[in-house]
Amino acid sequence: MPVIEIAGKPVNVNEEGFLTVPSEWNEEIAKVLASQIGVELTPRHWEVIKFLREDFEKEGESATSRHTQTAGGFPIKEQFELFPKKPAKKMSYIAGLPKPKGCV
Amino acid sequence: MRKIVILGAGTAGTLVANKLAKKLALNEWKIQIVDSDDRHIYQPGLLLLPFGVYGPKEVVKSRKHFLPKAVEFIINQIDRVDAQNSQVLLSDGRILDYDYLVIATGTTPRPDQTPGMLDEKVWRKSIFDFYTFEGSTALHAALKDFTQGRLVVQVCEMPIKCPVAPLEFAFLADAYFEERKVRQNIEITYVTPLEGPFTKPVCSKQLNYMFVDREIVLESDFVIERIDPESKTLVSMDEREIPFDLLVTVPVNMGGEYIARSGLGDELNYVAVDKETFLSKKYPNIFSLGDASDAPASKAGSVAHFAIDVFAENFLDYVQGLPMTGKFDGHANCFIESGHGKGLLIDFNYQVEPLTGQFPLPVIGPFPLLKESRINHLGKLAFRWIYWNLLIRGRFIPIPSKMSMTGKHQVQQEQVQKGVDSHASN
Repeated sequence: MPVIEIAGKPVNVNEEGFLTVPSEWNEEIAKVLASQIGVELTPRHWEVIKFLREDFEKEGESATSRHTQTAGGFPIKEQFELFPKKPAKKMSYIAGLPKPKGCV
Repeated sequence: MRKIVILGAGTAGTLVANKLAKKLALNEWKIQIVDSDDRHIYQPGLLLLPFGVYGPKEVVKSRKHFLPKAVEFIINQIDRVDAQNSQVLLSDGRILDYDYLVIATGTTPRPDQTPGMLDEKVWRKSIFDFYTFEGSTALHAALKDFTQGRLVVQVCEMPIKCPVAPLEFAFLADAYFEERKVRQNIEITYVTPLEGPFTKPVCSKQLNYMFVDREIVLESDFVIERIDPESKTLVSMDEREIPFDLLVTVPVNMGGEYIARSGLGDELNYVAVDKETFLSKKYPNIFSLGDASDAPASKAGSVAHFAIDVFAENFLDYVQGLPMTGKFDGHANCFIESGHGKGLLIDFNYQVEPLTGQFPLPVIGPFPLLKESRINHLGKLAFRWIYWNLLIRGRFIPIPSKMSMTGKHQVQQEQVQKGVDSHASN
């Protein structure tokens, strides 16, 4: 897997640019990742990101949209407004967590 | 006498009963198993039933027939589990005490979770599920009459049981219509809440052609909000609309409601377990196996089978107060039907994605991995016999519970430094 520099820090990413080592993430990196996919981070975005990071710490898996709704209190509709078109993928990308996957 | 209660007599529950009845001294242990009916369904068959490959008799048998005589089979509804007092409360008031509880009630399609889906104008008239016996049978009749229009195959939300089944359904439908010479009059659309039909790198690279060649239209990142039964339209959370004449849906899948009533489940009623041992994260005398748990493995029969191999060995140590040394690796091994008498095979685990190569199997193998071939289709058909005669009876099957790298092509690690691309916004 490639190592690249984001916000002055070397980080491991996969071929899609997702961070592969969640502990290498920081808020500066999040800002760069967000701007790369055209998301401008508002305080509400940060609340979602904070929830995702904390939940991953607890559960060891990226939160699903439903879990982000039920446990985090961010309705799925709102997730679509904050992270248009592909909220689940964009949220995990910016939060430095593995993207939601199927089995194939 | 120590007591084990198993909830659910499907693939996982039946296997646990058979394994434990063989391994435990039955003068010291009493095993009870509970289910709401005596209908054991060969669930992989529900995919093939709509296309007339199987009839009902090949898919449904008596649960009791596959359970050991020493195990008491109780047909009843489960009201709830009182985990504090180690008791299961049945809906007729009967109480089952246990020393160890195994929750294996699986996952169930819940069309009620999507507004509009159960509307009587459309449900099982132009909207069908196929992971229930009734849905699959009704769909068989509907497919026969479907000669033109828009077929939409749609997944509501992950996780679902047998994650490849909707893909298989789309491929089989394409072949079925082609064989009936009506394919040119039918548009097939595949709708998924994920980023695409394939989300893992090797699968995406190897298998995307399957959609292109078959001219199956793709609608990705589609999270359903509701169905409009009047206009027969799927409406997404971000206001996209997909009209259909025939909708084959995989509804939201959820664990049993009694799990929620017992305070044992997450938001989809799955029991939180350690993904290597299947021991509950809350109670040291509760395990959950098969589709009922929240383990991040595929909800598939092969996973239940491999996991229970590990569980059964561990259990013997655990009840003697010894540590559980077996660790389940997430191994799954699944045939994917691709139509016209061909199929693919995938073999993977928590760490290793499905890869190309060969899957070795004595005498009848090897099977090509991630590649359409006739032998994989024959493997899928042969598996029905294996399921009824060997697998759920807990007899030996020559596939190890731990995944092996033998025959698999390893992915070349990419050394080239690449910048962050914009895939996430594509």
